[in-house]
Amino acid sequence: MAGEAQEKEKRKMKSAKKMRDIMTNYYIEAKTAGETGKKVAWITSGGPVEPLIAMDVIPVYPENHGAMIGASKMGGELCERAEELGYSGDICSYARSDIGCSLVDGGPIGGLPKPDMLICCNNICGTVLKWYEVQARYYDIPLFIFDTPFCHTEYADEAKKYVRKQIDEYTGFLEGVCGKKFDHDRIKEVGRLSVEGQQLWQEVLDTAMNKPSPMTCFDAFFFLALIVTLRGTQETIDFYRDLLEEMRGRVAEGISAIPNERYRLLWDNLPIWYRIKWLSEKFASHDACLVADTYTSAWCGSLKYMDENNFLDSMAEGYTRIYLNIGVDEMIKIVLEMVDKYDVDGFVMHSNRSCKPYSLGQYDIQRAVQREKGIPSLIIESHMVDERSFSESQTETRIDAFMEMIRQKK
Amino acid sequence: MEVLNDFYRVAENPYEYSRELKKSGKRIIGYFCSYTPEEIISASGVHPIRLFGTGGDITLADSHLQPYCCSLVRGALEEALEGRLDFLDGTVFPHTCDSIQRLSDIWRLNTNFGFFADVVLPVKLNTESSREYFADILKKFRLDLERGLGVTITDDKLKTAITRYNNIRRSLKALYEMHSKEPGILSGRDLWAVTRASMIMERDDLLVKLSLLKEALKKGGRSGKSEGKKRLVLAGSVCDHPNVYTIIEDSGGVVVWDDLCTGSRYFEGTIEENGNPVESIAARYAERLVCPAKHLSNTARGDNIVRIVKKHDAGGVVFLLLKFCDPHDFDYPYMKEFLDRENIPSMLLEVEDSLPSEAQLKTRFETFIHML
Ligand code: SF4
Ligand code: SF4
Ligand code: SF4
Repeated sequence: MAGEAQEKEKRKMKSAKKMRDIMTNYYIEAKTAGETGKKVAWITSGGPVEPLIAMDVIPVYPENHGAMIGASKMGGELCERAEELGYSGDICSYARSDIGCSLVDGGPIGGLPKPDMLICCNNICGTVLKWYEVQARYYDIPLFIFDTPFCHTEYADEAKKYVRKQIDEYTGFLEGVCGKKFDHDRIKEVGRLSVEGQQLWQEVLDTAMNKPSPMTCFDAFFFLALIVTLRGTQETIDFYRDLLEEMRGRVAEGISAIPNERYRLLWDNLPIWYRIKWLSEKFASHDACLVADTYTSAWCGSLKYMDENNFLDSMAEGYTRIYLNIGVDEMIKIVLEMVDKYDVDGFVMHSNRSCKPYSLGQYDIQRAVQREKGIPSLIIESHMVDERSFSESQTETRIDAFMEMIRQKK
Repeated sequence: MEVLNDFYRVAENPYEYSRELKKSGKRIIGYFCSYTPEEIISASGVHPIRLFGTGGDITLADSHLQPYCCSLVRGALEEALEGRLDFLDGTVFPHTCDSIQRLSDIWRLNTNFGFFADVVLPVKLNTESSREYFADILKKFRLDLERGLGVTITDDKLKTAITRYNNIRRSLKALYEMHSKEPGILSGRDLWAVTRASMIMERDDLLVKLSLLKEALKKGGRSGKSEGKKRLVLAGSVCDHPNVYTIIEDSGGVVVWDDLCTGSRYFEGTIEENGNPVESIAARYAERLVCPAKHLSNTARGDNIVRIVKKHDAGGVVFLLLKFCDPHDFDYPYMKEFLDRENIPSMLLEVEDSLPSEAQLKTRFETFIHML
């Protein structure tokens, strides 16, 4: 059917190939760092990367790598390697697959480049602390812990002072490992680029406010990689500018992400990396578009605290007050805002056994959304990169029932 | 040893005891986790008690917490929602693991016990700025308590509390040491009751009872036999299952020391009595045996478990881990590896809501103990 193929072609994201190229080059550069004499740092996804970029250190994100492992359905096998070492099958599957991967240099890209240092920021969870301790023992390299006190109800003055001090300790740590002075001019530039990149990313996500939406959250999961791994670079800005243009062009031409968008949904928590395609097709078959999510917006959610003209100081607050480092009531507020902003008809929550800080509290969030907005919600359970734990038929039945409820309401 | 009955009464019926205490006019604050600066609560004149999970079924908490959350956290919420903690005048949450972190939010949004505070401790304890922050956050906690409870916490009161807690910790440690030397003087279950009751009983009263017990032990205690029993160390988060001790003893072993937050991690480390009180309290928490939810070094807990085994001449280690406890799950493989390197055998017992059947446990312990 020529018509259908054409339709599909029209809907395809043109920027996807460029994105793949950029990521491929990035991983090649990282994996050949030994030859170019550059240092490699492994860093947590919410960690302050800008000082690394300013020091010409190549940042590598085990979590991004974990997502790739999950998407290539290699998570189960690598997790098993970690379990053979005695790691419980209940801990975060990013950590398990990464620990497994270090042993065997497996996974879709044959393992990550060996790190010269580890940068662990606990603004996303306590798991990363334990995980990075494991890797610090395994590779026997220095570990810097950037400690961002949890903001249940406030960002206390005491915390402010403490985090600000650690920024100086962090730059001092980098000077030690890299054997050169920290470049205070360069960080200003990198900070500016980082803020601009985050703004553009937010604008890209905002295009999903259009009806029909030019993108789904599954697209956002894919395009997220750059703002995570390369924020603070010009390349990221150029890419997101083009992506934004593409999205706006799609809106102007009426190209929607899915063929018949009749229902709009909001996603919560990390993606189920090994079932992205399946889930997006499944929802599309119900004419439902997952237009937004709480996860990808975490990389621009603290823009309000960032000051590009005073980057190092404002970064302390920006990194401490990100989405996962706040109380459940604060998360509820943000979710309710998103329900209105993207005008959604339903809420899909991924109860992620891998991620306790994201998942514990979801039931309370779910009730608040039901109470305040009266929209149906669905909970899907999985371990985000361990495909062994996923039940497709059960999930399918639940999605069908959930969509039936939405249909009746609308 | 009649004095043991007092400990058992409190350890086995903590709520009943708390209600009685409340009737006598005491205000009571519940806390989670051994990183709670109890000394400051105690100095405020309010009585601190440690909250554990539940012995019963978990139903109400299921509508707030997924089943893949540890039983301690789910059980504690269950107790609150069931109304069994009606005697509380407040709760304090120190920041430790991801699960307690979210329990704090859920607790704050769904219960109402009056006073509520998060004590957002640093996650690392090995830098100057983190220790400074630790002290700053305890100073803030002192103010929070003063404001929230309408009391003044003077330096003098803090100093009295520090002395009180130093004495408690020293006494507990002394008991553990006497027991390690001569395990026959007390059963493991006795020692469990004593440490558990220590986190619940009125603390001055506790001190009196502890010294009575010490006297009784000097006279020989239970004068049980322990020759030929294999000496073991118990490691994990909490041990809320006294049967474990009994079954180990029935299987030919005896627990001579532990690395538990309801055991040695609770009493190790004394507080400097002559310095700035809050800063000294902070220093003790930063220096005490570290929990896996905090960072002291990459190998602190592995080194420590080996040290404990050697110091107490133990033949093996029993890891008692709660299912879904991330921090301990992450530490287990390397701690085991450190033990393996020293040829110290260990076994892992993972506990969900309740212990496996007694017969099953006995077989597992016997197999392990025979191997030693
Ligand atoms: S998925 Fe959750 S637990 Fe795992 S590293 Fe990310 S934030 Fe931490
Ligand atoms: S193991 Fe440590 S962090 Fe966990 S509850 Fe016990 S004292 Fe707290
Ligand atoms: S440290 Fe472990 S046992 Fe203690 S509350 Fe956290 S998850 Fe539960």
